[in-house]
Amino acid sequence: MAEPTATEAAIEAVMDKRVERGEPILQVRDLEKHFPLTQGILIKKQIGAVKAVDGVSFDLYQGETLGIVGESGCGKSTLAKVLMNLEPATGGQVLYKGEDISKVSGRALKAIRRNIQMVFQDPYTSLNPRMTVGDIIGEPFEIHPEVAPKGDRRKAVQDLLDVVGLNPEYINRYPHQFSGGQRQRIGIARGLALKPEVIICDEPVSALDVSVQAQVINLLEKLQDEFNLSYMFIAHDLSIVRHISDRVGVMYLGKMVEIGSDEEIYEHPTHPYTQALLSAVPVPNPEGREGRERILLSGDIPSPANPPSGCRFRTRCFKAQEKCSVEEPLLAIPQVFRGEDTPAAHESACHFAEDVDVVGATNGDQAE
Amino acid sequence: MSDPLLPRPDQPDRPAGTEKSSVFPSADSGMGGLETHDMIVGEDLRETEPMASASIEVIDREKPRSLWQDAWRDLRRNWIFWVSAAIIALLLVMTVWPSLFTSLDPLSCDLSKSQAGAESGHPFGFDTQGCDVYARTVYGTRNSIIVGVFTTLGVTVLGVVLGGLAGFYGGWWDSVLSRITDIFFGIPLLLGAIVFLSSVTSGGVWVVVGFLSLFGWPQVARIARGSVITAKQQDYVTAARALGAGSKRIMVRHILPNAAAPIIVVATILLGTFISLEATLSFLGVGLRPPAVSWGIDISAAVQGFRNAPHMLFYPAGALSITVLAFIMLGDAVREALDPKLR
Amino acid sequence: MGIEATEVTADHTRGRTSDSGDAPLLQVRDLQVEFRTRDGVAKAVNGVNYSVRAGETLAILGESGSGKSVSSQAVMGILDSPPGFVTGGEILFKGQDLLKLNNEQRRKIRGSQMAMIFQDALSSLNPVHTVGMQLGEMYRVHRGMSKKDAKVKAIELMERVGIPAAKERVNQYPHQFSGGMRQRIMIAMALALEPDLIIADEPTTALDVTVQAQVMELLADLQREYNMGLILITHDLGVVADVADKIAVMYAGRIVETAPVHELYQRPAHPYTRGLLDSIPRLDQKGQELYAIKGLPPNLLRIPSGCAFNPRCPMAQEVCRSEVPPLHAVTEADGTPVEGRGSACHFWKETIHG
Repeated sequence: MAEPTATEAAIEAVMDKRVERGEPILQVRDLEKHFPLTQGILIKKQIGAVKAVDGVSFDLYQGETLGIVGESGCGKSTLAKVLMNLEPATGGQVLYKGEDISKVSGRALKAIRRNIQMVFQDPYTSLNPRMTVGDIIGEPFEIHPEVAPKGDRRKAVQDLLDVVGLNPEYINRYPHQFSGGQRQRIGIARGLALKPEVIICDEPVSALDVSVQAQVINLLEKLQDEFNLSYMFIAHDLSIVRHISDRVGVMYLGKMVEIGSDEEIYEHPTHPYTQALLSAVPVPNPEGREGRERILLSGDIPSPANPPSGCRFRTRCFKAQEKCSVEEPLLAIPQVFRGEDTPAAHESACHFAEDVDVVGATNGDQAE
Repeated sequence: MSDPLLPRPDQPDRPAGTEKSSVFPSADSGMGGLETHDMIVGEDLRETEPMASASIEVIDREKPRSLWQDAWRDLRRNWIFWVSAAIIALLLVMTVWPSLFTSLDPLSCDLSKSQAGAESGHPFGFDTQGCDVYARTVYGTRNSIIVGVFTTLGVTVLGVVLGGLAGFYGGWWDSVLSRITDIFFGIPLLLGAIVFLSSVTSGGVWVVVGFLSLFGWPQVARIARGSVITAKQQDYVTAARALGAGSKRIMVRHILPNAAAPIIVVATILLGTFISLEATLSFLGVGLRPPAVSWGIDISAAVQGFRNAPHMLFYPAGALSITVLAFIMLGDAVREALDPKLR
Repeated sequence: MGIEATEVTADHTRGRTSDSGDAPLLQVRDLQVEFRTRDGVAKAVNGVNYSVRAGETLAILGESGSGKSVSSQAVMGILDSPPGFVTGGEILFKGQDLLKLNNEQRRKIRGSQMAMIFQDALSSLNPVHTVGMQLGEMYRVHRGMSKKDAKVKAIELMERVGIPAAKERVNQYPHQFSGGMRQRIMIAMALALEPDLIIADEPTTALDVTVQAQVMELLADLQREYNMGLILITHDLGVVADVADKIAVMYAGRIVETAPVHELYQRPAHPYTRGLLDSIPRLDQKGQELYAIKGLPPNLLRIPSGCAFNPRCPMAQEVCRSEVPPLHAVTEADGTPVEGRGSACHFWKETIHG
């Protein structure tokens, strides 16, 4: 099995290069989205706030895929909405090529929208059931007439259908005439219409059947190479995120707790939450399952309206100590690894960061 | 061949037939369940294997079909729809050309025939004034249908505009409009109409239409608000906003077409209700007033002579019941066809 | 062809049973379920055979529309009818054919002897009653306990499934619990009368990974403790690998492969199973392009002739389009039978032995 390993190494080398090139296309700094909690019907009084996204920072580079993982309620979908400017941020900045998108409006915002598009989770609700596929994919051209002149639009829509692997003759059909996977392809075609540079994929395959997920993921990867797209890939399925991502960020209760390259996160996780998450993933391999050790977290995610003091993960953490409730750990390369040349030296928001290869421990032994 | 499916290099060689797979276009899959009986079967017909006889039927099923077309297809199979549609068609013809059905004048009466039974040329007999009951029943259709149709139109326009705006803009707008709706909702329509109309001296048909429209819209407004809110929360609206679509486009292209179905259903059923309301008001003497011809007026007049000449009550009351029933049945059939849960 | 298929399986099951001595808890034989829709008759389950013994976990693996949920609804007797109808076969529970019982007799078996856990715990619990009341109801209805005793039992159960502060929370309503806790309550409810068989239909699909692990662990513990038979219905190859003893893979209303868990993952004997295994990304490998099964699962109103998988199968030959493959007993290359294995593929030998 030496050869595949060599190929893998080669692929990884290529991917590392990709990460290092150029200026970031999207820079997110201390982004906050707090939803006010109000009381009263006519006169509303604010009694608190749900801190859905609470100070998140990261960069997205041209042509790379940044995976964002976390459980429900961690704020990953809200993050997508704020990045798309569908919800106004309550703090921080989103810089698209240096321009703060939360500060622009009108024509300038419309121009930026052309460059950042989105693929939605649910292919059943994300397509208007009363419109034909041609109208759905052609709508971006109606909103941004400068992209395709009127006479060329039908052709442009048919080209897009072809690009996502659907028959261009389907142009007059309606969404309910398609299966889930086909609808997701239509959604992807709509996202591609304006030739964006960034596509935010919010759980794009989680509503699809197993055998279809692979088709859609392959399509997304093919399109990325073809159009040099940057993806922000939001998902709860860690295996899929590993497959598609160059870098991965782990979110918990509105905060980014760990971020690094896929190898750093999956093989050298240093944050206990990442470790627990990775160890909880069921492995599609029954060998050695009796001896498998799992980090089982107790309890549920606390309410984002009333997060724990200090480190937000401390209420479920198996390493929590006094310090964790007092001092909030910052997202930075942990002290213990600082200056060392190890994959564990990546940003992780834990006072007691430790390099534990959870995935290798649970299934590495029988991988090859 | 947009998406060639390359076998993984580490897989063992597959038997003959494997090579073919890379020739297929990227085909797709998804929910194969019962719920997807509308789904396209053959997927990409460009290059799939010729399926000879099967493909003919498949192609037929693959014609573009909008949800409205689907609803129409279901409606067509429903006998209730055809019965109610036939009755309503007949009523509409009567409304426009009553003289097609009778050569008699509903207002030329002969007192000597007062309360007389059926005779040749006068199949329904005569009322107390000696007017022909058949002619009056036929001519009475016009006012009932006018009140029903125009009140429904008025109510729908008011309700959709007010309810739609409340649902679409939400927030402060919604609070104010919803409270106004509640206030109007609190006024009992019949009681309000009696009070209002009895203070008006001329009880013409348009006064009745105007009053019922003014006070009847809250029900439509509530339905419209609800379905606009439901449509607004769908991902396709978010998708349109992400593309940079403005409020007008979102409202017209995305929300209204998807919010329309429940409004159409409730409007159809309301139509029947308004017809019976008009009859009730006319019966009570505050709606249409003689010399207008109305089923309600005739029913009211027939009550006194009911023991001697039940036919005077029977025919206008029967016409009223059938008309109301026809619209309610139509509303039911339409709802069944439009209800997404049954599909 | 259909008959042939049944015979092979029946032999196959009989062979196993006599080996181990005890009779299976549940035996499903040639089960047929169809849905009569206005567009035609959909054959949702088309001659399915399987068996579960006490303490054993059978995983039924399949995608949406494969008939995996429908077959278990038929076993529980909770099929929506109309449109669904059981049109043939036997469901032997402790040797008794459930399909021959009347509604009242079946109702008595449900809950006390077999119970079901659903995917969506929120909609399966009644929102207007407290959880204590709903748990206690099981004892009041089936055991005739007093309200007070039932409540004590309910608290006991909640503690057993790991709900903290059960005494206080027994009076709360379903919406006051988190998703994971609600699923625990569902499990508690299923366990209340200590049934012999539990059917879990995608029990963890709606839950987060970390909670999913907790719930599966709990389910496995309880199964061991009460020596129950468990039918786990899922599409998740990871969950199956974790807990199943044996697996039945369903496709378009038929079982296309049966195998003990280790066997199935090591050497699948059906191209569909192999395709599924190849198409999932792995946590421990940064893969190349994923293998993807081409095409669509069939519409149940128009199942392809021959093998239902033939239009998507990389190995399909002429025979696959004309003949329905029976569930062949799978043997080693030298002909020794492999216990518990079957494959409904004309080319199972080529698939498994290369």
